[in-house]
Amino acid sequence: MDIRRRGILKAGGGSGVLALAAAAGLLRPGEAFAQQWNKAAFETRSVADTLKALGGSGSSESAQIQITAPDIAENGAVVPITVESAIPRTQMIAILIEKNPNTLSANFEIPDGTDPFVTTRVKMAETSNIYAVVKADGRYFHAAKEVKVTLGGCGG
Amino acid sequence: MAFHRVLAAVLAAGLPCVCLAQQDTQKEVERYRELLAEGNPADLFEARGEELWKAPRGPKQVSLERCDLGLGAGVVKGAYAQLPRWFPDTDRVQDLESRLLTCMVGLQGFRPEDAAKNPFSAPGRPSDLEALASFVAGQSRGMTLAAPLRHPKEIEAFQIGEQLFYRRAGPHDFACVSCHGENGKRIRLQELPRLTDPAEARRIFTSWPAYRVSQGSVRTMQHRLFDCYWQMRHPQLDYASEASIALEVFMAKYANGGEIRAPGLKR
Amino acid sequence: MADPMRIRASMAGDKVEVRVLMSHEMETGQRKDASGAVVPAHFIQNVTVTHAGRTVLSAQWGTSISKNPFVHFRFKGGKPGEKVSISWVDNRGERRTDEVVIGGG
Repeated sequence: MDIRRRGILKAGGGSGVLALAAAAGLLRPGEAFAQQWNKAAFETRSVADTLKALGGSGSSESAQIQITAPDIAENGAVVPITVESAIPRTQMIAILIEKNPNTLSANFEIPDGTDPFVTTRVKMAETSNIYAVVKADGRYFHAAKEVKVTLGGCGG
Repeated sequence: MAFHRVLAAVLAAGLPCVCLAQQDTQKEVERYRELLAEGNPADLFEARGEELWKAPRGPKQVSLERCDLGLGAGVVKGAYAQLPRWFPDTDRVQDLESRLLTCMVGLQGFRPEDAAKNPFSAPGRPSDLEALASFVAGQSRGMTLAAPLRHPKEIEAFQIGEQLFYRRAGPHDFACVSCHGENGKRIRLQELPRLTDPAEARRIFTSWPAYRVSQGSVRTMQHRLFDCYWQMRHPQLDYASEASIALEVFMAKYANGGEIRAPGLKR
Repeated sequence: MADPMRIRASMAGDKVEVRVLMSHEMETGQRKDASGAVVPAHFIQNVTVTHAGRTVLSAQWGTSISKNPFVHFRFKGGKPGEKVSISWVDNRGERRTDEVVIGGG
């Protein structure tokens, strides 16, 4: 546990330095990443805390967010998930796994001209709700879907 | 022991599954596999394998581009679709991985023990053989498996493979056929193909090597067999051994005619 | 040095469809090795996709993105023959950039 915490702290320090270098204009655009890594958000342990760390004070459930994921994942190590938002001016799509040790899995910034749609694959420690949090026009929305995780057999 | 109990229960039951819940589960698992199919990480292994194939390596600092996989020196396209086969230069029946070792030793000057040092990767320790096998197999994608099974040594290998497939042994008195001799068997959600049923053999045999989601790596046919032997609690099946290749020849006979879909993607 | 990414970018109507596979262990920092020692976290933290000098997607990731990550998304404004560039940087500061030419539909 201690080792893990030190690892994360060290990592956080590293990206802080990078962000600082970018802010100071030491790196040209394209060399540095647009934004730093939101360490606080990735350390949260609940959906509510993640939402706060991402800058939202509250969020409303929206039927305009579609989560496509299997009802049952054969292996929690790789769970395919697609989030698509029909909410106008979608700026951000975040993927949260409620029962993972750390809730936030990924946060995608969606610039103008990019579809509010993303597919990726996440790890799930156990059967859990997956939340998609969308920031659109400064407001926060969410949708959820349960994915059951089976550990699978021993063969292959 | 838990493993043994589960396996025994599954195999003893062996009943055709008619309950709706299980059918739905199976459907959902298939959907899960479909969702994964749009980006198979085996792609990364194929690319690395191609680089390794073309790179000067080993004590002699030559590439594998003159390696003879059965269709002549340097022919990769379609070679995997005609393996395992007998090779005149070694006078042995060889599968892809065994033949890769031959080329690494003969062309590149690796010592045999160095060539076969890391056949199965672990996290942080990638295996060149897994990558090379992915690349070569991918070069036969879409082709029809046609392992020759004509040469006396190929026929002999088939017969040895047949003996091994049916021979029960070990502390659990298991044979390959215990799991792979009937249709519709499974371990938990994992279907167990009946390898003597051409329809199933054609679908399964031709999908290796495959990216194993549960292991985060491509695994080869040699690894599949190695792991089966471990699960049966048989003595270790040595990498690229005569016995392992004989089992592949046995399976290839039933799988011949199937379309190569390797490298595949599995749980 | 990490292995190259596998990027596919092709036209789907007026949009560019991008699919990328990255070669990365994505260690969570919670796994133990055979000797029982915790394997330190090692994971991609930032991903940036650019086209014609413009960022078309940027992402921050935690440890729960799967090993050998996959991303699929679409953006407007690209044409066949133009380039899409993808970069990632992980928590150890290792980085990798690869680019691909947009193919026809």
